[in-house]
Amino acid sequence: MKMSDLVEINYRLLAVLPRLGINIGFGEKTVSRICRETGVDPAAFILICNMYSYQGYMPTEEALEAADPQSVLKYLHNSHSFYVEDNFRELECLMDRLVAPCSASQKKIILDFFDGYRKEVENHFDYEEQVFFPYVDSVMKGKGPGDYSAAKFEENHSNIEEKLDDLKNIVMKYLPPVCSPRLANDVLYAVFSLSEDLEKHTNIENLVLVPMVNRMENKKEA
Amino acid sequence: MTVFLIMPSRIMARGIEGVFHDLGEFKVEGIVSDISSREEAMLKNMSVDAIIVDPAVFAHSSRGNVKHFISEYTDAPVVAFPSMLMDDESARQYDAVLNLYDSPAEIIHKLRTAVSAPKDNASADGSELSSREKDILICVAKGLINKEIADLYNISIHTVITHRRNITRKTGIKTVAGLTVYALLNNLIDPSSVE
Repeated sequence: MKMSDLVEINYRLLAVLPRLGINIGFGEKTVSRICRETGVDPAAFILICNMYSYQGYMPTEEALEAADPQSVLKYLHNSHSFYVEDNFRELECLMDRLVAPCSASQKKIILDFFDGYRKEVENHFDYEEQVFFPYVDSVMKGKGPGDYSAAKFEENHSNIEEKLDDLKNIVMKYLPPVCSPRLANDVLYAVFSLSEDLEKHTNIENLVLVPMVNRMENKKEA
Repeated sequence: MTVFLIMPSRIMARGIEGVFHDLGEFKVEGIVSDISSREEAMLKNMSVDAIIVDPAVFAHSSRGNVKHFISEYTDAPVVAFPSMLMDDESARQYDAVLNLYDSPAEIIHKLRTAVSAPKDNASADGSELSSREKDILICVAKGLINKEIADLYNISIHTVITHRRNITRKTGIKTVAGLTVYALLNNLIDPSSVE
């Protein structure tokens, strides 16, 4: 299958590709050729695309066995950078413009809330980057599990959706009337799509990466 | 399930208690014979499944707004049990109307239907915050914890949690930070009180 046909099927995959180092300008190249050229494991690529495209998709044991955890890890790691550098920055610009006509105190209230949300998510990412991902890396390299485990990660995997949901409600329902409805719509589109994207991201962590790590941990103990 | 009675007639209140006693399922949580500030305070602190009210408690001119008045304090369905004739127009505001000649089974049936009916979200009243919910929201926004709010208003923590759940259901806002933004944008609190 051609990569361009894949995007034709689900254009939202356009968000996934750059996180795997795949850039547009595919020409007539097939998915497998592009994967080979960019060093992405094709089985992991298909698994991620399925997780991203189908609500409630549960990966099969075979799919988890076949996919390379390194590629999944790369995807998740790069996603974090995209969220922080692209999505949050874009949303911040939109929010700044949205609340520009508000009173100074209203502006501060709303922007402080957004800032609080952003910091919370960044902390969440930092934990994954500094604790969980290095652990996964060491398990992949065949080191013993030590005293950390994927189970511990699941325990600490906090909910980062609530505040984004609140932001959605605040913008949709309680914004001061001086704000531009057009800009409010732009913010809402961005928030809804970010929220969907984050949900898929969390699913890939919980339903793909964690089971993969469990499998490796068990092998080591056996 | 618990029911709060607002009725001046002792004999009618006793009658309801008797029906509940015989048939189980419902229980009278409190009875007041009038609506003064003391009773209003009681109503505020109550978390019951239904309110039964005799419209005779209210002055004739305000009888059209009984449901509205009570829903300021609670989300529970309001059932009328009139001791005198009531016009159809004012009967319509209630979630159910009991009749002096209803059989005990009928009374239970009407209450059960009123309690299980989906909350009337179509009307603005069902989704606007009540004044008590606003009080609680202000406390939450100011950073008080449930225990402190319970002590402040002399209500149980359970009641505070019920109010908070309703606030979240109505506004769609779950986090304390989000509720603070709501309170500030709606001018319920002063920005200086949350610094």
